[in-house]
Amino acid sequence: MSPDAAALGVPTAGAVPRDAMTPVVTEVLRAIPEIADTSTLILARPPGFTYRPGQFTMLYAFGVGEAAISISGDPEDEAHLVQTIRAVGATSRALVSLTPGAAIGVRGPYGTGWPVEACRGRDVVVVAGGLGLAPLRPVIAHIRRRRDTIGKVTLVVGARSPDLLLYRDELAVWGRWGDMIVIPTVDSAGPTWGGAIGLVTDRLNGVARNPGQTVAYLCGPEVMMRFTADALNRMGVPGDRIWLSLERNMKCAIGHCGHCQYGPAFLCKEGPVFSYAACSRWLTVREV
Amino acid sequence: MTLPTDPARDHPFVIGLPVALQDMLMAAGRRVVLPAGRRVFNEGDPADRFYLLLSGHVALETHVPTRGTVRFLSLHADDVLGVSWLVPPYRYGFDATAIEDTDALAIDAPRIRTACDADPALGYILMQRLMPVMTGRLRTARLQSLDLFTRPPGREVV
Repeated sequence: MSPDAAALGVPTAGAVPRDAMTPVVTEVLRAIPEIADTSTLILARPPGFTYRPGQFTMLYAFGVGEAAISISGDPEDEAHLVQTIRAVGATSRALVSLTPGAAIGVRGPYGTGWPVEACRGRDVVVVAGGLGLAPLRPVIAHIRRRRDTIGKVTLVVGARSPDLLLYRDELAVWGRWGDMIVIPTVDSAGPTWGGAIGLVTDRLNGVARNPGQTVAYLCGPEVMMRFTADALNRMGVPGDRIWLSLERNMKCAIGHCGHCQYGPAFLCKEGPVFSYAACSRWLTVREV
Repeated sequence: MTLPTDPARDHPFVIGLPVALQDMLMAAGRRVVLPAGRRVFNEGDPADRFYLLLSGHVALETHVPTRGTVRFLSLHADDVLGVSWLVPPYRYGFDATAIEDTDALAIDAPRIRTACDADPALGYILMQRLMPVMTGRLRTARLQSLDLFTRPPGREVV
């Protein structure tokens, strides 16, 4: 194994489990329209299905195809599996159009997930851009359930415009809890928007009062994560406590097809979450 | 409403400046409260003040025909509002509106310009403070123009 692969935590290849490509059939219980082309499906959680924040599933729209979708619900809600989907192609459009009672296929969970244990006793900064808030919502749920063991919590959320802020109603609720600072910021807005306008990196001042004891979770456009991770690192947040969720096209989700290769790693298996210390050198390599 | 000026010495723009320069800024400044909704300045107005924001926030905005008012940047505590006073013809480039009650030090810009013209060394020090503000704004504008939240065309979609 190369040193680069070891740095990213790449394990040795193993045999493919016999049922690795077979989806479990479950039911859509609710479909919640979110922003323009995005919906949240609340599925009946298949028996025995457990997952960690930051993991994803392969959702199968029967007769159309499979897509890798982040899990966006509370991992400790044992009755439901919550997935937020943006319609960008044929499969995701088919998934978004599912209605309650429809059957859907699920494989997974896959990926490494967020190291949420690192929150304990530390301040937490969560930075999301666009749909990147979906895989971070389980982190918020994790924090909420353990709030008294975690320090200051700041959530910065970026979107192109106010109407494209994901979970906007929930953001308002989270802000009202009083134990988490919630800062939505948009690229531009009309005169009725009273929140921040600008980049998420412009709203990081003061988020890390004790940088050496701060952890950060980032998900959004890769350029946003690169600038945000760099800014936090310059503030003194250690690179091995800044985590990013990277995105590439995933097909098999078990590290065999190679579609999601990222440098020496397959994101579906060794990722999609990496520490900034592990992946920073790859973020600026154009060929990756 | 005018308030004492001392807290403005803790503004990042001021901290670390030579004391004489700090004193000059304080002498040229006046603590003001900009009530929520107040138009701070209009596009094209003479840029006769710049503001060190101490609390609250202000939006920069412009009018776009068929879209109305578009807000494109908000400035908060520790930010500097107004850099047009540095560059001829010394007129504000955009509108600015206080979004919430905002506490600021409003600084007499022509007075600072005159002092900088008379003492280029002093002007250089101030320029070193303002350049990071301006390059930061430029970087923000560049990244906003990239429209990062739009899925890149050509990327495989499912």
